Amino acid sequence: MKSTIKPATKPDMTVNLAGMKLRNPVMTASGTFGYGEEFAQYVDLESIGAFVTKGLSLKPRAGNPTPRIVETPGGMLNAIGLQNVGIDAFIAKKVPFLRSVDTPAIANFFGSNIDEYAEMARRLDKISEVAALEVNISCPNVKQGGIVFGTDPECAASVVSACRAVTNKPLIVKLSPNVTDVVVMARACEDAGADALSLINTLTGMAIDLNRRRPILANITGGFSGPAIKPIALRMVWQVAKAVKLPIVGIGGIMNATDALEFMLAGATAVQVGTASFINPGAAQRIAEDMEAWLVANGVADIKSLIGALET
Amino acid sequence: MQFTAMILSNIEVSPGYWRMRMTAPPECAAARPGQFVMVRVNGAIDPLLRRPFGIFDVGTYTPVQSGAVPQPYLEMLYRVVGKGTAMLSTLHGSDLLDVLGPLGKGFDLAAAEEEKLIVGGGVGLAPLYLLAKELVKGSKVRLFAGGRTRDDILCITEFERLGIECYTATEDGSLGECGLVTEALLRRLKLLRGRATMYACGPHGMLNAVAGIAAEHSIPCQVSLEGYMACGVGACLGCVTQGHSHSADNPDYRCVCTEGPVFESGELKWGE
Repeated sequence: MKSTIKPATKPDMTVNLAGMKLRNPVMTASGTFGYGEEFAQYVDLESIGAFVTKGLSLKPRAGNPTPRIVETPGGMLNAIGLQNVGIDAFIAKKVPFLRSVDTPAIANFFGSNIDEYAEMARRLDKISEVAALEVNISCPNVKQGGIVFGTDPECAASVVSACRAVTNKPLIVKLSPNVTDVVVMARACEDAGADALSLINTLTGMAIDLNRRRPILANITGGFSGPAIKPIALRMVWQVAKAVKLPIVGIGGIMNATDALEFMLAGATAVQVGTASFINPGAAQRIAEDMEAWLVANGVADIKSLIGALET
Repeated sequence: MQFTAMILSNIEVSPGYWRMRMTAPPECAAARPGQFVMVRVNGAIDPLLRRPFGIFDVGTYTPVQSGAVPQPYLEMLYRVVGKGTAMLSTLHGSDLLDVLGPLGKGFDLAAAEEEKLIVGGGVGLAPLYLLAKELVKGSKVRLFAGGRTRDDILCITEFERLGIECYTATEDGSLGECGLVTEALLRRLKLLRGRATMYACGPHGMLNAVAGIAAEHSIPCQVSLEGYMACGVGACLGCVTQGHSHSADNPDYRCVCTEGPVFESGELKWGE
């Protein structure tokens, strides 16, 4: 029997993020995808737009004592404490793998002071396998893991300008939601030379064990992620998108293609999938495929037409 | 690998402890003793994360329909501790589960000659059955099972069917000796003059005691740990445990899911 349905044309899934052409808007979030290699057996890395490494620092960091994670309804708290191999081991052991994958790898990094941030940016700038830098000014779990820089607009601006001065690679700044007005932070980073903004990092939260009368996490507080934070993330992306000209990477509780597309309507050019990769290591690939299917089903020819297309 | 399993049976073997059998692809049924699976209890967001479970047994069964050929299965033994495991215990035959695994580094079966002493407590017996099944092929094996009460001594008949001599001890004396099973373990070690290999899985206190005995008698000992983990594949870094040289100034964390869950007891830091 002949099909009477015309085969749908493949929609254009590509987006441009600060000079990078991504095959689709789906990226993986820092700290949820290792250094890429860990997920190669679960995800076709060349089916996603980009992936972001675990946050890197000049020296290796061991992270916080345990318990480091706890689940709460609709989400999870983590206080890993930026455990990472450090820049030297990253170059020696993790970068060779990046060479084998035809997908932009974005290095997330942090420092404990402005000089360290700049030094990290300088060293990452020299690695040709690193397509872009994501500056973490928003880790809530270590005293000097960035949040001091992420909650004060002047501090944030000095970190961004220091990094901007030493790299020509796209510079993405990851914003914290733990501020009174995220728009103030976004504007400060835009003025200081950021190429894109990614938001939101985790929300500071805590969980208590009633019977032991103790906090569940050894760090007492942790970063809250997962589907429970999506409404807050959507709201912040929407606010920031209206206020700045920079492209935005939407992050926060994205579990499926619907969530991802909602972030694009709110103004995101790309999205990052985080906690969902813990539950399904193949989540990012699946979300990209389902987004394309949604475009086909809804007759949308170009995904870029959805960016900021929210009707209010 | 990630696969959809169909539950074949889900039975409460002791108050609060359940044994579940499910279909598994051949690659998963080839799991090594000590490996684990991450199970998503349902597709909703509460519970959100998968739960890790030690693989109790693998094998093949023949479906009832005529002409059926033997199919691989996987079993896990679990304790109801929270919302996720409580929901798991309500599932029935033919329900479907989303499973990731087998994951982690299993037990090293070591040389055949020496006697193998297996120590387990409560749900810690879960990964030890498949281990015992492998070990009995080449060595003499003894099981030392301990718990608070008789309810924590699980599936001993299965171990006995393998031809393994089993010692049991409970803290309230409701089954076997009254006290800790490490007493019986120490007596056996004395008889063997320390020529043995030990394997243990159970509550931290038990593992701590066994690791101490292993160090004192210079006996090789492998322990299988539980870890609170989000992913099971080495990404979340939630499940880390302290290596032997760990200190505040010189941190040494090992990932339970990918570097373990089985470790040489001497590799880890134990309480005093």
